[in-house]
Amino acid sequence: MSKSFRFQTSLKHTRGFGSGKSGTGHFWQQRVTGAAALLLSLVYVVLLIKLQGDDYGAVIATLGNPFVAVLMLAFLGVSIWHMKIGMQVIIEDYVNQPLLRVLALMANSFFSALVGIASAVALIKITFGA
Amino acid sequence: MADARLAASRPLSPHLQVFRFILTMAMSIVHRMTGGFLYVGTVFVAIWLIAAASGPEWFARVDGVYQSWIGRLILLGLVWSLIHHAIGGVRHFIWDLGYGFDKKTADRMALFNLVAGVLLTGVVAIAAFVFA
Repeated sequence: MSKSFRFQTSLKHTRGFGSGKSGTGHFWQQRVTGAAALLLSLVYVVLLIKLQGDDYGAVIATLGNPFVAVLMLAFLGVSIWHMKIGMQVIIEDYVNQPLLRVLALMANSFFSALVGIASAVALIKITFGA
Repeated sequence: MADARLAASRPLSPHLQVFRFILTMAMSIVHRMTGGFLYVGTVFVAIWLIAAASGPEWFARVDGVYQSWIGRLILLGLVWSLIHHAIGGVRHFIWDLGYGFDKKTADRMALFNLVAGVLLTGVVAIAAFVFA
């Protein structure tokens, strides 16, 4: 790769996206969020089946239930973290051009944050009955 | 630069095109693909929740799109992706614990993942139909 676009100095040997940095930590996060998402997705699928055919009032009542809202927030939180670090690995695997890689990693962070915040704001608004 | 020489002489990992197509490698690709589908799918969840939080008119509008045949098809695809990816995750947990590495077991787990994913998606679809 060319050195035309480099954010990293020689410190990259100990920091940055080098494989020596946080490989196992990342791996472990993927496992923990995966395990949490696995359990919470069962709740999510059952919830979606239950909401089938419900009218607006019933949907709001169900989503507004604090118990449901907590589980939904937990599900979305761990799932979005799981998908963010998962997509990061895919980008690091396939996007080799340095500028493109940095932009893709940033876009991944922005997208994940936006989807997470949007879902959280909506759920909190419904729960607080605004 | 010393850096560049080092990079050039580093051994390259063989990639997809040099391998014979086998079930476990196909399942590895499908696991990533379903993960990718779910990544995009979160947008549908967020839009649905925002619509629900924005009042009955917005909810009805989004609900109308999601209930269309193309909407249902996408949602069914996402349900399959979630279930397939979840079972694939369990497969990874089994490997993480140190089991299932021999060829026969790995193949059997892959096949189970594929079949169970489709069957459970059918169960969810039927359940959703029954409760609707």
